[in-house]
Amino acid sequence: MKAILSGIWSNLRSMGMVFTHSWRKRDTLMYPEVPIYVPPRYRGRIVLTRDPDGEERCVACNLCAAACPVGCISLQKAEREDGRWYPEFFRINFSRCIFCGYCEEACPTNAIQLTPDYELGEYRRQDLVYEKEHLQIDGPGKYHDYNFYRMSGMAIAGKPKGSAANETPPVDVKSLLP
Amino acid sequence: MAIIHVDGKEHTVDGADNLLKACLSLGLDIPYFCWHPALGSVGSCRQCAVKQYRDQNDTVGRIVMSCMAPASDGTWISIDDAEAKSFRESVIEWLMSNHPHDCPVCEEGGHCHLQDMTVMTGHAERKYRFTKRTHNNQDLGPFIGHEMNRCIACYRCVRYYKDYAGGKDLGVYGSASRVYFGRAEDGVLESEFSGNLTEVCPTGVFTDKTHSERYNRKWDMQFAPSICQGCSVGCNISPGERYGELRRIENRYNGTVNHHFLCDRGRFGYGFVNNADRPRQPMVKRDGKLVTVSADEALLNAANLMKTAKGVVGIGSPRASLESNFALRQLVGAANYFDGHAAAEGALVKRVTEVLRTGPVPAASLRGIESADAAFVLGEDVMNTAPRVAMALRQVARGRATQMAAEKHIPDWQAIAIADIGMHHKHPIFIATTDATRIDELAKETVRAAPADLARLGYAVAHLIDPASPAVADLDAASAVRAKLIAETLLAATKTVIVSGTGAGSESVINAAANVAWALHARGKTVELVLAVPEANSIGTALIGAASIDEAFKAIEAGKADTLVVLENDLYRRAPKARVDAVLAKAKLVVVDHQMTDTAAQAELLFSAGSFAEADGTLVSNEGRAQRYFQVYEPAYYKPETVIRESWNWLHGVRAQQLGQPAVWAQLDDATAEVAAVMPMLARIAEAAPSAKFRITGMKIAREPHRYSGRTAMRANLSVHEPRQPQDADTALAFSMEGHNGVQAGDRPAALTPFAWAPGWNSPQSWNKYTDTVGGHSLGGDAGVRIIEPAANAPKVPAYANHVPAAFKATTGEFLVVASQHIFGSEELSAKAAPVQSRIPAAHVALNAADAEALGLADGALVSVQIDGLSVKLPLQRHAELASGLLAMPLLPGVPFTLTGGKATISGAAGA
Repeated sequence: MKAILSGIWSNLRSMGMVFTHSWRKRDTLMYPEVPIYVPPRYRGRIVLTRDPDGEERCVACNLCAAACPVGCISLQKAEREDGRWYPEFFRINFSRCIFCGYCEEACPTNAIQLTPDYELGEYRRQDLVYEKEHLQIDGPGKYHDYNFYRMSGMAIAGKPKGSAANETPPVDVKSLLP
Repeated sequence: MAIIHVDGKEHTVDGADNLLKACLSLGLDIPYFCWHPALGSVGSCRQCAVKQYRDQNDTVGRIVMSCMAPASDGTWISIDDAEAKSFRESVIEWLMSNHPHDCPVCEEGGHCHLQDMTVMTGHAERKYRFTKRTHNNQDLGPFIGHEMNRCIACYRCVRYYKDYAGGKDLGVYGSASRVYFGRAEDGVLESEFSGNLTEVCPTGVFTDKTHSERYNRKWDMQFAPSICQGCSVGCNISPGERYGELRRIENRYNGTVNHHFLCDRGRFGYGFVNNADRPRQPMVKRDGKLVTVSADEALLNAANLMKTAKGVVGIGSPRASLESNFALRQLVGAANYFDGHAAAEGALVKRVTEVLRTGPVPAASLRGIESADAAFVLGEDVMNTAPRVAMALRQVARGRATQMAAEKHIPDWQAIAIADIGMHHKHPIFIATTDATRIDELAKETVRAAPADLARLGYAVAHLIDPASPAVADLDAASAVRAKLIAETLLAATKTVIVSGTGAGSESVINAAANVAWALHARGKTVELVLAVPEANSIGTALIGAASIDEAFKAIEAGKADTLVVLENDLYRRAPKARVDAVLAKAKLVVVDHQMTDTAAQAELLFSAGSFAEADGTLVSNEGRAQRYFQVYEPAYYKPETVIRESWNWLHGVRAQQLGQPAVWAQLDDATAEVAAVMPMLARIAEAAPSAKFRITGMKIAREPHRYSGRTAMRANLSVHEPRQPQDADTALAFSMEGHNGVQAGDRPAALTPFAWAPGWNSPQSWNKYTDTVGGHSLGGDAGVRIIEPAANAPKVPAYANHVPAAFKATTGEFLVVASQHIFGSEELSAKAAPVQSRIPAAHVALNAADAEALGLADGALVSVQIDGLSVKLPLQRHAELASGLLAMPLLPGVPFTLTGGKATISGAAGA
């Protein structure tokens, strides 16, 4: 008898609780009609950025590919007329990417960056293979000021030897001064 | 043997070593820069500091440079001592104070000794806040890139280039912190061994320029243990591939053969593998054009051609593996299989093989050469025919200084002391050739003469050493004096190497060299023979044995055969063009090759064979060492339409199709086993490397480093659905980073070690981890197996050759044709590589300067040369030292095939 009464009470109580939700604030997000806020450091779609001068930041050093735990980054180094290294192709297979952000951490030039864009769904897996033209953006991304070639000792057109940060002009080998 | 105590532990080491080498040989890590196993110690970088104690009760100790301290008995040292550690960390911090922020754009990154040592010392943070000195770079030619900012001034480059390799044009300039390593001015590095700078330099000052355009990190490459195809020496190489292209060749340590160094032909001549015009699918000729067909169709076509043929002849190749040559022999029958050398050359190679097999004197390995204290070079320009031998001969000469030091009880690693004691003293080397050589400066005496006179000199020397060998009648006085000097010097030496080969184009020269060696042996001296042969597998094909290529041509000319199967061979390099044209016109031509040669272009049926990078096979070097090379990559992985197979695979397939039976050889081991079973002289070739069944803890050996990147993206442009990794039935190696990957250095057999890596050691210095003692032999034995050794029951008095040729007499207006070779250009395959092409000398003919003067021909004049009805027009080079009466025809692109040993007339050509 006690069990029957407590069963009835339990049901009524539950119905009451459900009923009270009619006046509560709605938990459902109206995505995709209403965009969702994600923090700026959210790790979503990967981009390749440019330095403050508008040149490609990526120097094709291959560290991102080496850091990638799923091996979904592949690229090939090439060299421009002016001496800058750049990736001849840069491919990310997003069907494999786990958005861990190791590539961004490994990047010595701040070229590869993860963005808060997570809307990557495709009907065909093949469309998840992004080439350089899909990855390269026109701005510096999160890091506005860094320009690798201003730090590197390698000469490029417009930046001869000895003109990077903390460098003295090239040594005159023939000098006899002490 | 000595007992040393390192951090309280007792170790037994070789007391003649220094502490650094002793500790590295024990597997203990001490960081170092300026020391190198082949260059000795100078103590300039201060990186290898350890704490040394007077005895076990000494608790204070003092810091010493381990490379400069002997590992004498009862030494107490500490590597882990806190003061020594912080000293080493400070040293690297100083060395790095000027080092640029370059690693991401540096081609050394990832296999950089400086990176490794920085990590090893624990230096992580830069305290130096001031400016860095910078340098301008130099253009050092097509092989070597130069980036002086990265220099840490360890002096290894000049010590290698000038002291070890004998280069003249790389030096050190400036003073103090301005010190500069380069040439006096921009220009091509002259040394034939400049490529080793890329491995000797501990940082990125000297890098491989041929790799630069399509650069990738070492960890991203797929490697295989391989054998250089550039000449007959058989240096071990580690070729690396990425995205279906061969990217770089690095040295693979073999303690008996090439140890730390390669020549530039071997290192930079790999471009032919990537050439766009290579046949990558089987092709048949339709309407005068080669069109691609499927493998099955090609095999069917070939089998039908064989069945309907009136007679089939096969021409093998000295640049193809034993297995491939054997497969051809099996397909066409032993009687119809012919040697791939030019007729005259083939006879010489045969003679070389006989000399090594039947004579009492063994062939010398490169290490064997280096341990000699006298050498006699007879007729061979080794710098251009077997370059690595020339560098080994330089070590013979340098050995005198080490010996003088030893007499004063100075150990062999004290490089500066040895150089000071030795000054200009050298062990005696005699060089007798037709023209000047690049190692003449090493010679105690040089002789320039026609091949017949060189042979006479050799015979005379042999006769003076052992009067049982034939004497030379009416030898001129000057030669008699020379012969006496040479004979006396060689008899006074403790170990002699006699160097000769097929390069002089004369059997008498080879016989004379053999006589000298045998005579020394008969007198109880230690002596070894180095006989250079033309190509990577020349000795191997001679051991298979076949009639000369001339006989193949005759069979077709006589109409006995109407189908010709050519294996990896360009006939236009083997016989005069007119004759090859005539033969090809009379025969249906089937070619199996990996290059679109002039011969391949005329094929009815062309099988796309694998080059050394896409095939497995066995070669026999001029030392008689059978060595196996393994496939580096599977080309169809990136280009699925590609159908490349080993030549032996194609030829065996044709045979199976022809017989209507399934193929018997399922894998390389089956082919090798059958070669070994049928050919008694090749019975041991299977021992050259472990079989395909070999496993370590159940795993195959990985071809790729464990950090190999991009597996799921590199092919995703073709399809996002990743195929299984290619499977390799032929070998115990996997096309993958999965598999046994060297968690302990030296745990793989040397013949199956694809690349050098050990924990903490990414640079080529990690080879030190693969050896029994640093700079010694590979753990578990050096790769390869010597299949030619002197007979144990050789007679006491050797069967001396006794056909002493008549002295050469120059006739006015007529010249004796001799061949000359050049390290860049004379070898067929490397001459197809773009960087090597830029170093190939222009086509020319050469005359003695006085002979040219007598004919009124200026240097560079266009001349017309008539040889056996062949007329060629080429510019003339006057050579001061070329023996009078000779006309040197260089083996270079643009110079047609000519028979050597014939007579030529020469005249100024119109329009000169």
